[in-house]
Amino acid sequence: MAIRKVCGIETEYGIALRGVGESNPIAASSLLINAYVAEQQRKVGWDFEDESPGRDARGFAREGSMAPEVETHLVNAVLTNGARYYVDHAHPEFSTPECADALECVRYDKAGERILARSMEAARRTLPEGQGIVVYKNNSDRKGNSYGTHENYLMDRAVPFGRIVRHVMPHFVTRQIYTGAGKVGSEAASAQDVPFQLSQRADFFEEEVGLETTLKRPIVNTRDEPHADAQKYRRFHVIVGDSNLCEVATYLKVGVTAIVLAMIEDDFFGDVDLSLATPVQAIRRVSYDLDLSLPLELADGRRLTALDVQWELLDLARKYAEDRGLECVDDEVGRDVLRRWEDTLTTLESNPMSLSGKLDWVTKHELLDAYRQRHGLDWDDHKIAAMDLQYHDVRPERSLFSRLPSERLVDEAAVELAITEPPEGTRAYFRGKCLQKWASSIVAANWDSLVFDLGTDPLRRVPMMEPLRGTAKHVDTLLQGSTTPGELLEQLGT
Amino acid sequence: MPEREQKKKQPATRDDQVVEEAAPPGSKQGEKIKAEIDDLLDEIDEVLEENAEDFVRSYVQKGGQ
Repeated sequence: MAIRKVCGIETEYGIALRGVGESNPIAASSLLINAYVAEQQRKVGWDFEDESPGRDARGFAREGSMAPEVETHLVNAVLTNGARYYVDHAHPEFSTPECADALECVRYDKAGERILARSMEAARRTLPEGQGIVVYKNNSDRKGNSYGTHENYLMDRAVPFGRIVRHVMPHFVTRQIYTGAGKVGSEAASAQDVPFQLSQRADFFEEEVGLETTLKRPIVNTRDEPHADAQKYRRFHVIVGDSNLCEVATYLKVGVTAIVLAMIEDDFFGDVDLSLATPVQAIRRVSYDLDLSLPLELADGRRLTALDVQWELLDLARKYAEDRGLECVDDEVGRDVLRRWEDTLTTLESNPMSLSGKLDWVTKHELLDAYRQRHGLDWDDHKIAAMDLQYHDVRPERSLFSRLPSERLVDEAAVELAITEPPEGTRAYFRGKCLQKWASSIVAANWDSLVFDLGTDPLRRVPMMEPLRGTAKHVDTLLQGSTTPGELLEQLGT
Repeated sequence: MPEREQKKKQPATRDDQVVEEAAPPGSKQGEKIKAEIDDLLDEIDEVLEENAEDFVRSYVQKGGQ
């Protein structure tokens, strides 16, 4: 049985400083995060001891290329909900805490949007009159610069990486039909006559497999930072996704991918091999094909559309659910994901427009196309490009997405709670609760450890190498029974 | 938990024009969405960025991951 698919989403937001001529995005991002943190809580530094973004999952060391940067000098906060909020590559980035299932991931991803919106408000109060910071939850500036929305999933270290690549590649190329956030035009040099495409990111993928994340981006990323017991776990890092505003799209993106990865882990594909002949070409072909009708060539010579590939994966997933169950993705959530996956594929075939409010590319396309037709504009009109950007504006009063009806999977009260409270079913609970109670005694926090300064002893590090320990069930009694961090550490025996 | 939709599985017919055109006649949900979009279009100019061309040109990001 596959291990629990603990998951998370890491979003780099686009950022603009309004009301000044030149602006420095790193300074603006820092100001934004600092303004929020100052209003919310005492800031806790991030501990970089176990960060190793240059390690490669295929098992060999990098040679001859530059290691990705870890920008240790930049603003870096850990929030009481267990999330990390920091400056990365000149963007504010929000990493959700470790979530136990896809629905929880939706809730914390939404909480991230609310935190960014509050940060803008907080920043406005510190800036001179007429200035303000605006953030966008998208993945491109329309000028060839892209920034990522990454997913991560806990996997068994024993699974051969080659098997993951073989079976996840066709999923990543074809899932755009429901995960795409939509984009007007194209930023790929080779693209011709692309008025609108499914994905924000497809233009930027140039390799099949690799370690890079900022240039020559690969469809399957090999970054190997388990942030957990490295003998047992892999944290599969996904860079090929779009940032979604529709909750249903986020839910399907994470929920379906978790099931596909569980099937890979349990070696359930058997003879099913959907490997594509040319994945890099195929990812653009799918993104540019609004009719969802173009066939893709498979390595074995078959020709299937993106929808066909997704139907094949769904068929396999149904058998998997029957044979093995879906406990590893939460049984109830898993079954709901299967139903919605089927509904979505069926509707994409018959009446895609009715998925407005569920899928971002459809929602955006319908709005922009209606505006375009009403005013007699072409797809390449500046107004349409502006609306494409403004769809992703995180300010509620400016966001075009927020003005449209969309289906909610989590109610706003639950999102509000997720702004400050950690998930209960992962180690994020221990991290978040310790920060709520004893922030002033915590000098550093990381995904897999907390470092306490009790004032007298040397610093005390509490390792958290098991993502599923430190849950509410495990540690609530312990936390409630400790009035000081010293008592907590004593009881933990560290 | 998410609301469960009791939607009937529709026949898997493919209509290549369907993305480009309005909802097929009789599609109640499609008409409802269209009406809502129409309502939004009536007021949208108030929230749109004033100078679209400047806005699009000045939105320049440093590349990220």
